[in-house]
Amino acid sequence: MSFQVGLRGKAWFRALTGADSPRAGDPGSVLTSDVALGKDSARFLCVVPNPQARFPCVRKGEVGLEEAYTLAKRIREVVEQDENQKKRPIIAIVDVKSQAYGRREETAGIFLAAAASADAYATARMKGHPIITLVVGQAISGGFLTHGYQANRILAFDDASVVIHAMHKEAAARITLRTVADLERLGHEILPMSYDIRDYAKLGLLHKLLHVENPDNPAPATVGQVRDALILAVDDVRAGTTDLSNRFNSEAARQTRLAGLTARARMEAEWATA
Amino acid sequence: MSTATVVPEFVRRTSFIELDARSRAEMLMDAGTGRELVGPFERIESPWLPEQGIAPQSDDGCVVIKGQIGGKPAVVVALEGGFQAGSMGEVSGAKMTAALDLAARDSQNGKKTAAVLLLETGGVRLQEANLGLAVIAEVIGSLLVLRQHAPIITVIAGTVGCFGGMSLVAGLSSYVVMTPEARLGLNGAEVIEQESGIEEFDSTDRALIWAINGGEQRVGMGLADELVEDNAAKIAVAVRKYVEAGLPRAHRSQQVELYRERIDALDVSQQIDPLSLRSSWDTAKKSGGAR
Repeated sequence: MSFQVGLRGKAWFRALTGADSPRAGDPGSVLTSDVALGKDSARFLCVVPNPQARFPCVRKGEVGLEEAYTLAKRIREVVEQDENQKKRPIIAIVDVKSQAYGRREETAGIFLAAAASADAYATARMKGHPIITLVVGQAISGGFLTHGYQANRILAFDDASVVIHAMHKEAAARITLRTVADLERLGHEILPMSYDIRDYAKLGLLHKLLHVENPDNPAPATVGQVRDALILAVDDVRAGTTDLSNRFNSEAARQTRLAGLTARARMEAEWATA
Repeated sequence: MSTATVVPEFVRRTSFIELDARSRAEMLMDAGTGRELVGPFERIESPWLPEQGIAPQSDDGCVVIKGQIGGKPAVVVALEGGFQAGSMGEVSGAKMTAALDLAARDSQNGKKTAAVLLLETGGVRLQEANLGLAVIAEVIGSLLVLRQHAPIITVIAGTVGCFGGMSLVAGLSSYVVMTPEARLGLNGAEVIEQESGIEEFDSTDRALIWAINGGEQRVGMGLADELVEDNAAKIAVAVRKYVEAGLPRAHRSQQVELYRERIDALDVSQQIDPLSLRSSWDTAKKSGGAR
């Protein structure tokens, strides 16, 4: 595991953009930078830990109210600026342990904040902005729904510290009335419950697993390799559709999501005659 | 009104909460127009639950009925709170996503088709963990395509409420109708207590939960549109009204600057009093926050 969730995200944001400070007026936890990516200028976004955050339950890199609304603002800004020109790519660098688990957040409607950010990402995608998510560390639960899961393409490091999941082990164990040991055992048997990124890749949701050397300390050659992968992913998006159908139409999904695909095919057939 | 007239009406009414998902969906449709798609007799079930010793359900807890509401084309997608707390799995997610996609396709072809979502759900079905989270992301993607053409009306009646990733779906909806018995939030109190401690949220404090997540509060603070008592006929009237209304001028989840300013203005040195927040956001709503 990385020493602290979010630090790897910050390291990769810095490596890919040369910047690591927030925009004026933004919370310290949201990094925004516009840099060249191939022939494009791309907007990079990242949520990082901010120990001085205003809200106590986001200080370890969780995605809270300010983070979600700031992401929404920075994404919508790009959409507005590019209204009548070539749509810039937006790159979400993801290393978030979760959404904020706080009473202040619930009271002030964090569900709407998360929705606003997902809305902004999806709106940008539908308008033709290639959205690429790069998971360098953790991508958990509502944190990932808010920041990254609306992307056209998801890339992740093939690394033991990379986890994409619906919930932390401890929380999931309590809610499903299981022990953590049970949950780990089940994860090896039940594909969608696995905490292993290589198992996640079998679900067909990932565009690519990237094999990188020493992901905690990005070396120039590795950064170049990742940048090339991002450029290829942007090209791939521009050659395809703006929806998320590539996830369930992928070759891997045809193996592992057969029940869902069957339900979908039946719905299409019956809809026409209903 | 005197007690004598109030009590009989309450007794005579058809409770919406007491209906299962299928009956809820059916009763919102114009009589004789509804047809269930991918119904239980097709037995498309979760392949993941039996492997864990859990009985699947032959509709996977998701009922899709296509028909008309107030004479307009509509599809109702109802989650069954009685099955795995209405949680989203591979199949239920695929059914909801497909229904939204097909409504969007019809809408783009000129047949505007509204979607009514009856959300009684804890969010991701943790036994299908990663596919549960993935289908919620896909539901969001499809909902936002349809929302460009036709309204999405979410009804949260209770008693499960709408939590987890599916609370984002409520947040993205054109209109949200709630009863006083419904709750809406991203994180349930138990999860907050586990993650952040009992000082942050005492999950046995029922009054606190209702003060924060309850329908009266969510409507009062402008995060939902209408509070309707648990009466099936009245809920049907509200749904028809919003189908008829079509798209709002702006969707709540697009009002980024309004809510950013509201969050900036909060005093977060202590916990936020739900009632004070309700009155300050309600005032703000009247002076420019209205959609």
